Amino acid sequence: MHSAWLWQAGVLDPQGPIGAAERTILLNATVIMLAVIGPIIVLTLVFAWWFRSSNRRARHVPDWSYSGRIELVTWSIPALVIMFLGGIAWIGAHDLDPPRPIHSTKSPLDIEVVSLDWKWLFIYPDQGIASINRLVVPASTPIRFRLTSASVMNSFFVPQLGSQIYTMAHMTTRLNLQADRPGIYRGLSAQFSGAGFSDMGFNVVALPASEFAQWLAATRARGGKLDASGYAALARPSIATPAATFGAVEPQLFETAVMGDAIASAKPRVSVPVGTTSGRAAN
Amino acid sequence: MLGKLNWAAFPLDQPIPLAASVFVVASIAAVLLLISIKGWWPYLWREWITSVDHKRIGIMYTLLALVMLLRGFIDAIMMRAQLAIAAGGAQGYLPPEHYNQIFSAHGTIMIFFVAMPFVIGLMNVVLPLQLGVRDVAFPVLNSVSFWLTAAGALLVNLSLVIGEFARTGWLAYPPLSELAYSPGVGVDYYLWALQISGVGSLLTGINFTTTILKLRAPGLGYFQMPIFCWTALASSLLIVAAFPILTATFAMLLLDRYVGFHFFTNDLGGNAMMYVNLIWAWGHPEVYILILPAFGVFSEVIATFSGKPLFGYRSMVIATLAICMLSFMVWLHHFFTMGAGADVNSFFGIMTMIIAVPTGVKVFNWLFTLYGGRIRFNVPLLWALGFMVTFVIGGMTGVLMAVPPADFVLHNSLFLVAHFHNVIIGGVLFGAFAGYTYWFPKAFGFTLDERLGKAAFWCWFIGFYLAFMPLYALGLMGATRRMQHYSDSNWQPLMLVALGGAIVLLAGITLMILQLVVSIRSRERRRDLSGDPWDGRTLEWSTSSPPPPWNFAVLPHVDGVDAYWEMKRGGSDFSGVKAKPRHEAITMPRRSAIGFVTAFFAVVLGFALVWHIWWMALAGLGGIAGTVLTHAWRVDGEIAIPARTIAAFEQAQKKSRAER
Repeated sequence: MHSAWLWQAGVLDPQGPIGAAERTILLNATVIMLAVIGPIIVLTLVFAWWFRSSNRRARHVPDWSYSGRIELVTWSIPALVIMFLGGIAWIGAHDLDPPRPIHSTKSPLDIEVVSLDWKWLFIYPDQGIASINRLVVPASTPIRFRLTSASVMNSFFVPQLGSQIYTMAHMTTRLNLQADRPGIYRGLSAQFSGAGFSDMGFNVVALPASEFAQWLAATRARGGKLDASGYAALARPSIATPAATFGAVEPQLFETAVMGDAIASAKPRVSVPVGTTSGRAAN
Repeated sequence: MLGKLNWAAFPLDQPIPLAASVFVVASIAAVLLLISIKGWWPYLWREWITSVDHKRIGIMYTLLALVMLLRGFIDAIMMRAQLAIAAGGAQGYLPPEHYNQIFSAHGTIMIFFVAMPFVIGLMNVVLPLQLGVRDVAFPVLNSVSFWLTAAGALLVNLSLVIGEFARTGWLAYPPLSELAYSPGVGVDYYLWALQISGVGSLLTGINFTTTILKLRAPGLGYFQMPIFCWTALASSLLIVAAFPILTATFAMLLLDRYVGFHFFTNDLGGNAMMYVNLIWAWGHPEVYILILPAFGVFSEVIATFSGKPLFGYRSMVIATLAICMLSFMVWLHHFFTMGAGADVNSFFGIMTMIIAVPTGVKVFNWLFTLYGGRIRFNVPLLWALGFMVTFVIGGMTGVLMAVPPADFVLHNSLFLVAHFHNVIIGGVLFGAFAGYTYWFPKAFGFTLDERLGKAAFWCWFIGFYLAFMPLYALGLMGATRRMQHYSDSNWQPLMLVALGGAIVLLAGITLMILQLVVSIRSRERRRDLSGDPWDGRTLEWSTSSPPPPWNFAVLPHVDGVDAYWEMKRGGSDFSGVKAKPRHEAITMPRRSAIGFVTAFFAVVLGFALVWHIWWMALAGLGGIAGTVLTHAWRVDGEIAIPARTIAAFEQAQKKSRAER
């Protein structure tokens, strides 16, 4: 760890290519703008002090209110800065678009993410396992996420790995991240989602490839199957749910979660008063 | 009979909300009791509650804003105290169900019932005076607007005592705000309160737009208007264009919640992101509705206290209108993380940055207004300088988050929270306070205490930095907004600094209250008989302080931007008033109770709808319809002020000026 303690686990201490590129953009843009606002702050204070009414040495131009040359400069400076930053924004937004694959010699690992009340479900579709509130991934391997929500909106965010993205019911978002080094990175929901929101933290554990294979095997051996009824039970609201794994998972569970069917019949998050006609009513 | 209302609605088992309710009820009761004992009701009813005078309405708006500022600040300091202790495994003293209401109420109150009424209050007091006219275009409607805003504020505060407030954040994103996830009355309180006050805001926008476009003193062309009028025009146009979006969006959410529609639900084709788009199509223009008039205040204040005309007036006007237009093309930057795609994100990112160009021009123009002046460091100028230094930092972090990849890691973090407080406190609120101190002598005829005003400024200035700079750092460390507790105790020291900042801000608020009390008590000593305590430049300073109900005995004739400055230079000490003017009778609108009565029924209607008390809702609706119809059939809405009264007033004014 090369950074000061203050920034550890934050976005200024990135541990993957996406986060690193985003930190570079963030710092570059800040420095460019500081070059303009720094002088403005200084000039404001200097002008205010020098032209104080008691300073008779100061130049006094009580009727001066227009200068074409100065106006040209005052429009040009912000315009030039914004053209420059606009270029950074355009290129950055395209290079770092969340669905864009990460260039790598290794083939990416697919992970499906479902935000539930109030926990995270991570499905490994190719490995046929699932995990709650703990995401184990191989280090220096691109991770290809598909994300949805089985409830309200959340935002999947691992500050040290970079980009966050919303999870939304009936919709699928895509995101690509990578952890360059083995380690444990804190993840969270960055979109308020109700009573259990503050406890929607999870750890991303990046393991060396061999250890990741061992973890897969151990998880399968530990057993437990996440089927439709298990998923329905999982979808019921719970706060600060401990991390857990499932050695097997029903195929197409993510697609079911996107459709929302399993949940609609299985869980009322809250009891809905009699006489209303909400689609999510208890039954 | 009473719908969903029963004893469970009162927070009898929760100590903190119970104490808050008792406090609110007791303070309102105390105020009402005091008024009754002193026998002030007839005076209040005649001179204030039913007044349609824009100055009185403006003062009431400002008072509402200041009172609500206290409520919003109590919420703020409770949140800061919670986060200062809820580190590691600690849960703090506010459970999530209460904490979530507090941050929702804080945002709602600060935007809708502090910033909006403060800005609208200043526009009310100043606009007709700067335009050299006798009132706004629709004086009675103006009173309706104010009382509807007050009705909304009352409903929000009622939720503290009866029931609960929304636990959804200040914009109530669905599906969280849908019935399935928020079955309580909190979201309904939020929606009905804002629907009612939103109608008030829309009417204000229409009123001010009409006033500026149709009512101006003779000779006052668009390019002779003081810059504050331009910013007020831009702000009013934005209100007219944006508030119907808000009303329609809330109406759709209400249909979802009350009659089982599916605009924004998870099921049956509803799409919550449509709400998010719509609410920000209102929400982003809203921040310019607030900040543009603040820019106007700073322009007036900096010019006046530098003793110079505003530098680059035309640039300022163009910049204002450019911001007005652009503000409708940037809403998507509030949710780059929705995954809309690179082209969409870059478009909205770049549009957002382009707003920084006219804003930057404004800052440079203020800078060159200071240049070559004879600067007097009165309290309004301190707010303006504090703004210039602080606002550019907020502008920088704003442009930073307009870069989509930077936003991907900053979105919804405490960095964002720091950013918008940076621009709203450092911009809107500092502007409101500058305007409050600047125009106070105009509205009341005496100046505010300078020493306490300066002390209050320094507390706000330092308190702001202490409270919000740590949040920038925390956001970079990965802290997100709206968390009720956090596991990383490394964050706690900065959270404690932020709490310290909030305490310094509390000192600033206390000093402002003290300033008001001290100034009122010593008002005779600080009377301003000149009507022009700051050596002002625009028309509002040409009339007496406080101005008579008719503002100007003879409408001034205007030939330039700094109309009053030119008049003073030309030697005539009083606008348009020749040595021996011939006074004519002036027709003014009669006072009207329609605003107050409509708002009363609006509260009844809103409360009834929140609690599903249908007979009461019908009564409220009938009351509103009846009031409006009664008003429509009124026989005589105007009153003529005889020439004699006006002449006598002018004579007295002249005498007091001569004695000075």
